[in-house]
Amino acid sequence: MEMLRFATAGSVDDGKSTLIGRLLYDTKTIFEDQFEAVERASVQMGTEYTNLALLTDGLRAEREQGITIDVAYRYFATPRRKFIIADTPGHIQYTRNMVTGASTADLAIVLIDARKGVLEQSKRHAFLASLLRIPHLVLAVNKMDLVDYDQERFEEVRNEFRDFAAKLNIADLTFIPVSALHGDNIVDRSANMAWYQGPSLLHHLEEVHIASDRNLIDARFPVQYVIRPQSDEYHDYRGYAGTVAGGVFRTGDEVTVLPSGFSSTVKSIETFDGRVDEAFSPMAVTIRINDEIDISRGDMIVRPNNQPTVAQDIDAMVCWMNERISLRPGSKLVIKHTTRSTKVIVRDLSYLLDINTLHRDESAAQLSLNEIGRVQLRSQVPLFFDEYRRNRQTGSFVLIDEATNVTVGAGMILGPVS
Amino acid sequence: MSFDLTHLRQLEAESIHIFREVAAEFENPCLLFSGGKDSIVMLHIAQKAFWPARLPFVVMHVDTGHNFAEVLEFRDRRVAELGARLVVASVQEAIDAGKVTEETGPRASRNRLQTAVLLDAIEQHRFDALFGGARRDEEKARAKERVYSFRDEFGQWDPKNQRPELWSLYNGRIRMGEHIRVFPISNYTELDIWQYIKDEQIEIPSVYFAHQREVFERDSMLLSTGPYITLMDGEEPFIERVRYRTVGDMSCTGAVESSADTVDKIIEEVAATRITERGATRADDKVSEAAMEDRKKEGYF
Ligand SMILES: Nc1nc2c(ncn2[C@@H]2O[C@H](COP(=O)(O)OP(=O)(O)OP(=O)(O)O)[C@@H](O)[C@H]2O)c(=O)[nH]1
Ligand SMILES: [Mg+2]
Repeated sequence: MEMLRFATAGSVDDGKSTLIGRLLYDTKTIFEDQFEAVERASVQMGTEYTNLALLTDGLRAEREQGITIDVAYRYFATPRRKFIIADTPGHIQYTRNMVTGASTADLAIVLIDARKGVLEQSKRHAFLASLLRIPHLVLAVNKMDLVDYDQERFEEVRNEFRDFAAKLNIADLTFIPVSALHGDNIVDRSANMAWYQGPSLLHHLEEVHIASDRNLIDARFPVQYVIRPQSDEYHDYRGYAGTVAGGVFRTGDEVTVLPSGFSSTVKSIETFDGRVDEAFSPMAVTIRINDEIDISRGDMIVRPNNQPTVAQDIDAMVCWMNERISLRPGSKLVIKHTTRSTKVIVRDLSYLLDINTLHRDESAAQLSLNEIGRVQLRSQVPLFFDEYRRNRQTGSFVLIDEATNVTVGAGMILGPVS
Repeated sequence: MSFDLTHLRQLEAESIHIFREVAAEFENPCLLFSGGKDSIVMLHIAQKAFWPARLPFVVMHVDTGHNFAEVLEFRDRRVAELGARLVVASVQEAIDAGKVTEETGPRASRNRLQTAVLLDAIEQHRFDALFGGARRDEEKARAKERVYSFRDEFGQWDPKNQRPELWSLYNGRIRMGEHIRVFPISNYTELDIWQYIKDEQIEIPSVYFAHQREVFERDSMLLSTGPYITLMDGEEPFIERVRYRTVGDMSCTGAVESSADTVDKIIEEVAATRITERGATRADDKVSEAAMEDRKKEGYF
């Protein structure tokens, strides 16, 4: 079965958790004991109807405050696909949790309250979805029941969002009018909106074409772990374990190892279940090569005629996720990029991006919590990377504060500093 | 040639990646093994991640002393097959040594004591990463937990302040005394686990298959009679055809009526069931709505 990961996004109270609850309920994925628990909790909280958002808002604090604080992962399957859902928080304070949930998504559903239209937070999340290069975006205009299922209102919101989205990089954008609370256009087409000719949300999730989203061109294998059994049976065995981060590797392929630059050929590609002729993303395999070259964790196996950029000066968009420290020129941080960890120093902050207007503030002196900016970093040792837009694995990194060990930033590489 | 992987292959690849990442970045990891299906699957994937080498970490069982005999036997056999090293952290020993106090009464459970014994073992062995077989579909607090779940020096989880975790870039940096709980099979559902067991032909203990057992009803669950449990007034034992959906402490893990005596039949049963596995079988989760979150904050798995 095929697997699709998707994330919800949008402003507080636009109905993300309710939508997920509805999707689970209508696909009969909710178990009786879970539903009873949610019914009991709804009665206790004094809500009129069973609050489906409680299916994902599972933490005490979330229920007390009636908002989502951290991502909840939920699962369901239809005969066509298995789905992994990340239900993310809309509140600006928890943007880092939204980014956590969205970073691995194949598709994002941005919800908008039909009454309120496109809010700042809707824009922020749509922008983050495009920055994270989530290949497919669905704009769900929710709470259509509260605007009498009015086609005109739907079109107004759609046009308003289109104007904003035109400035973003969104490859695939679909608009669906829904009522998460009542289930209109969630699993089945709604009888209340005969004017809408498109698919229901579930139908779209089942059909959206994701097979071509992966990079099968640029062969990249970050070495994660060196396997050396040191047993009698496998005395001289030495294998390089890792997850293919792009392209296809085949037995016999000529390869180059970075950073040493030495070349060899692939002797075999192995797994516990036996040898395979080829490996592609996201397979986790062990590559053995024909020459004795010194290779260790953090190195990268690539093809000689298609190599990533090797550089210490990196130009990237950074999303800052910490409230206690901010990013400024001169900041020293730890970077984790593929299987390499090293130190970086912030050389320059070119601009801070205003998410509403996409205006670039070149006078900004720092990036604070939830701010996004273009940053130049210098790393202690060279990194092997591709543009994030070309490869989400080799183009992404996180920044860690050495004093607290907390993850403080997420980066998407634009290229080497020119 | 198509470059598609089934969802089970994708999930497995993700788990293998996590195992290797931890093995590469931590000094002293350990895999928590209970003998239940999830930890059996986890151990199976761990073996794949490092093959043909042995596991680069020890296996630990937090033994409540109330185990199914066949599960213990299974544990020892499996560990021996893998040539792994087993550490047993014993709740009974902790009770005998006066480190923890046993609850009394017919509903006494050693569940809470497990946490203290686990934290003690972590400290004693200086483990810095612990693999757990928890799945996010099990329970609503688990649905919120990161793959790398940071624990402070008291073993506590702070659900309101989890580290961001993007892509497959896991942050394993900690100070002395802190540790990370790592959940490599976070994204498997109960059904995925069974389909994987089938595909991989993984052996599992016999209590998972339908069998005749003497049971009695308590809190609308079927509990096994036996040395670890005292019947209360009005509780009448009877013989029923049952199986276990989860395997834990015998005194608080319920059996379900079932005639599923093969993996195929179990898959059919799980696909059709309308009750979650913990809802059907765990007395410890029934204490309150947030029982799991509260226990996790204290350091439970
Ligand atoms: N009338 C109506 N109400 C809705 C609809 N969808 C959601 N709601 C209500 O809107 C409120 C907020 O819904 P949630 O699902 O908690 O919103 P959210 O987007 O998950 O909020 P955060 O996660 O905190 O950002 C709840 O009271 C819902 O019942 C809808 O389609 N129609
Ligand atoms: Mg929500």
